[in-house]
Amino acid sequence: MRDFEYEAPTSLGGALAVLSKGTAKTMAGGTDLIDQVRMGRHAPDVIVDIKKIPELNVLQHDASGLRLGAAVPCYKIYGHCGIVSDYSALADSCRIIGGIQIQSRASVGGNMCNAGPAADSTPAVIALGGVCVIAGPKGTRELPAEAFCVGPGKNALQPDELLVEIKFPARAAHSGSHYRRFIPRNEMDIAVVGVAASVVLDDSGQKFVSARIALGAVAPTPLLAQAASESLAGQPVNESSIAKAAELARSIAKPIDDMRGTAEYRVHLVGVLTQRVITAAVARARGENIGHAH
Amino acid sequence: MTTAPKPKYKVIGTRPIRHDGADKVTGRAKYGADIKLSGMLYAAMLRSPHAHANIKKIDTSKAEKLPGVRAVVTSKDIPEQGDRIVELGEGAVNMRHLASNVLAREKVNYRGHAVAAVAADNIHIAEEACKLIEVEYEVLAPVMDVIEAMKPGALVINPDVKDENGKPTNVAKTFCFEKGDVAKGFAAADVVIEKEFRTATVHQGYIEPHNATVHWNNDGKVTVWMSTQGTFSARQQTAELHRIPISDVKVIPMEIGGGFGGKISVYLPPVAAALSKKTGKPVKLVMDRAAVFEATGPTPGSVMKVKIGAKKDGSLVAGEAWVAFEAGGYPGSPIGMGCMCVFACYDIPNAKVDGFDVCVNRPRTNAYRAPGSTQVAFAVESIIDEICEKLKLDPIEFRLKNGSQEGTRRVDGPVFPRIGMKETVQAIKDSDHWRQPLNGKNRGRGVATGFWFNCGLKSAASATVNPDGTVSLLEGSTDIGGSRTAIAMQLAETLGIKAEEVKPSVVDTDSVGYTDVTGGSRVTFATGIAAIEAGKDIINQLKERAAIIWECDAGQVRYEDGSVHGPKGVSLTFKQLADKLHHTGGAVIGRGTSSEATQGGAFGTHAVDVEVDPETGKVTILRYTVAQDAGTAIHPSYVEGQFTGGAVQGIGWALNEEYWYDTNGTMRNSTYLDYRIPTCYDLPKIETIIVEVPDPQHPFGVRGVGEVPIVPPPAAIANAIHQAIGVRMTELPMSPPRVMKAILSK
Ligand SMILES: Cc1cc2nc3c(=O)[nH]c(=O)nc-3n(C[C@H](O)[C@H](O)[C@H](O)COP(=O)(O)OP(=O)(O)OC[C@H]3O[C@@H](n4cnc5c(N)ncnc54)[C@H](O)[C@@H]3O)c2cc1C
Repeated sequence: MRDFEYEAPTSLGGALAVLSKGTAKTMAGGTDLIDQVRMGRHAPDVIVDIKKIPELNVLQHDASGLRLGAAVPCYKIYGHCGIVSDYSALADSCRIIGGIQIQSRASVGGNMCNAGPAADSTPAVIALGGVCVIAGPKGTRELPAEAFCVGPGKNALQPDELLVEIKFPARAAHSGSHYRRFIPRNEMDIAVVGVAASVVLDDSGQKFVSARIALGAVAPTPLLAQAASESLAGQPVNESSIAKAAELARSIAKPIDDMRGTAEYRVHLVGVLTQRVITAAVARARGENIGHAH
Repeated sequence: MTTAPKPKYKVIGTRPIRHDGADKVTGRAKYGADIKLSGMLYAAMLRSPHAHANIKKIDTSKAEKLPGVRAVVTSKDIPEQGDRIVELGEGAVNMRHLASNVLAREKVNYRGHAVAAVAADNIHIAEEACKLIEVEYEVLAPVMDVIEAMKPGALVINPDVKDENGKPTNVAKTFCFEKGDVAKGFAAADVVIEKEFRTATVHQGYIEPHNATVHWNNDGKVTVWMSTQGTFSARQQTAELHRIPISDVKVIPMEIGGGFGGKISVYLPPVAAALSKKTGKPVKLVMDRAAVFEATGPTPGSVMKVKIGAKKDGSLVAGEAWVAFEAGGYPGSPIGMGCMCVFACYDIPNAKVDGFDVCVNRPRTNAYRAPGSTQVAFAVESIIDEICEKLKLDPIEFRLKNGSQEGTRRVDGPVFPRIGMKETVQAIKDSDHWRQPLNGKNRGRGVATGFWFNCGLKSAASATVNPDGTVSLLEGSTDIGGSRTAIAMQLAETLGIKAEEVKPSVVDTDSVGYTDVTGGSRVTFATGIAAIEAGKDIINQLKERAAIIWECDAGQVRYEDGSVHGPKGVSLTFKQLADKLHHTGGAVIGRGTSSEATQGGAFGTHAVDVEVDPETGKVTILRYTVAQDAGTAIHPSYVEGQFTGGAVQGIGWALNEEYWYDTNGTMRNSTYLDYRIPTCYDLPKIETIIVEVPDPQHPFGVRGVGEVPIVPPPAAIANAIHQAIGVRMTELPMSPPRVMKAILSK
């Protein structure tokens, strides 16, 4: 491993100043980054630890929605009652990223910035309508979560930019969300396929008002399944409407064969998981307690 | 469950706290990587990025010039071996192949093959220097598949491996065993099932990576600190490779974090020795996880065609097996043992086995618990299940009817002495697990039996009586599964003292007599015998000492229940007499060896309940029970530990573990993230039943227990999956994509 400098600025301005100098790498929990440096995938001159910056540790939940600082670790997210009840899919995903050691450091910001196709929290953030707040030398800009990842390991940030926080709209009435992945074991694994869904039902709880479905590990980036999501709007909650959405989700999956599963199998799983996840999200929208499956 | 009235033991069968327990649970135990010597250098290895290539040129000059680099070695620094075959305790080894595996000569035969090594002031410099070594490769097409490698015209990996006509080939060895008349046997069968099976390459998955620290002293004496399954084997391999006398090498065993057959071959000590010889300083070399996966022996993947015939009444009449194992980059898979195990669980009058050891561009394979048996059991036990299904026979009754017993002749010749195969089947039949009905959708129950020989080989021990009545026991068997305690208990039982009063130490190769590897489930058996012999030797000497004190003839002294008894009712306890040894001639040192004793063979039968998710193909293990014949369980907790550990490894082999290669022959899952051994969330508590059919070859009836528990799981799980959802899996691992594919094509 090549030697590098370590800096831990305490202000956003300080961090941006270090980043502007060139071959620096941002570090939140470091659970991806340190391993990548060790393996020689990156050889930064400077590592900028962003955990000491107040803006990146924001965790604010009120009537207007949720603000989640990019460096907030997973354990704080699934330990937050408001997130568990109103942004369940996000809590579901944070609960299964790595084990307890990883969860006490790993952040959703890092998970998104790492831009892995199989990142667990990204589909949840997309399904929940998350918006990325990005700071750079020219000020701040915003980007919908589904536009944030642009390729395997590539995100929309410039080298001198930082992801500061992710903003989520307030939870709608009669809404519910869920994230679930398929792994061959029951923990410590990377998603073969991951699916998140957030649904809004009408007052009766029998009809979809709207839905957002997102897929992981089936394309170079996590995907918003647009057609599948739109197909549910105005439809009754039943097997056939859910099966149709699952079929539409399958049609956009373009996975690869690798050590985690065959392309054929992954497409199959998209159908199975989409149905299971929508069904669970509906149950939550109806106020049922479905627990949290691994 | 015991089959014979058990002798009354005081120590055997109890569960004392292990002697090395405090060090292990407090983290104080010293493993290979914990070694730190003054002046020590750190080494790194350059490994081949190609699965198959000729080495045209290696230029180390840039690496040598990097500040902090002390030495660079390549195969030139390991002497030429010529065409030598050397007996290394657990088999003959072609020294040229062993040397080439340690540092590649003309060719690299698998990705990760060691090519050069650097010693430097710290590991970072050593690693950077490796990148400066320039190797010119002529890349060849990788030969990854056994069947492809066997085809005439296949690219030959080792030009010096030749067939009977002197033509180079990848088929390094063929075996054929036969008994009875197979054609006649099949002609008499009412049902014949024939199927092809495949199993993946799997790794032993020990937690501790390979390591070695070596100091080549100015006087030519070489000291090696390492974790190994066999110090004497490591000594001999290191000495032979450097062509120096074995007595010039001393191997000091460190604690070992798992081996399972994978820590017998040497990889690092000869290289660290070459670096130390060049620098005059101790050199430490430790593998990372990727190197462990890519370059140390996994156990072979296999292709098998098995055919078995039975009569309507359920009697087996004939069996035929064609078995090809991956040898890896050099010959030497456990194919011979696989061929001997194929039909070992059953009394089949007519049988034939053909076996092939096939070189492919994968790391050279090695033993892994019950080497060779798990693969063949997957095939045979699946077919037995299908025969039972066709004939509507209960699989337990079928095994009780056809199972091997004393007098059954194996296909390779030997006749079984007293064994406990049927007793393990009966134990499952009587178990709570088997008697409870299994309800629910997509659930199934499976059963399978497994066999392994278990080795005797050679062991030595010595023991000194201390003045306070304790005994210091020196042994050469590195302790992997709690064997210090199991050996100490046998000495304690012999002497009539407490287990805690024996203080066992695993010592270096200069401090104890020749001892073969900790492998083949031989240590509790053979090193146990050596300790018992040492105990008897102590007893004889104690009688003489007592005779001196009592001024009588040694023949008038009896030893009983931990005391010496003399004429006219005089007696001294072991402790009392121990205190008087200084005045009666000094130290009493007992010694013992074991070399002739062989084990009678061990069997286990497993039952498993699974649930299959019909939409994803994922298999969940609901309940799992192991019944195995331990002969006599010395320390039942360790016996149960071996049953559990072996079963868990077998479950991993069954469900998810595999070397996943891309088209270039690069393993893409050389991490524990993607090489999926089961975690505690993937397993129920493994229930264990210790069956005790004492082995007459051991004074206390011990049978080794480490090998067999890995054998039945893949077959038992396959049989359970079949019952759950009606598909028969013929390829390992039975991973979710594969099970799903089978369900969809039903
Ligand atoms: C044992 C283990 C198990 C794991 N299991 C899972 C799993 O189950 N699911 C899963 O999805 N992942 C898993 N991971 C991967 C990793 O833990 C997650 O991706 C985690 O969320 C990364 O967060 P982090 O804070 O540690 O990121 P870091 O490692 O600090 O950063 C990741 C990347 O993002 C960049 N970055 C971080 N924060 C910012 C920012 N604010 N602005 C700009 N760039 C930034 C870094 O430069 C780096 O390139 C696992 C990792 C390990 C080691």
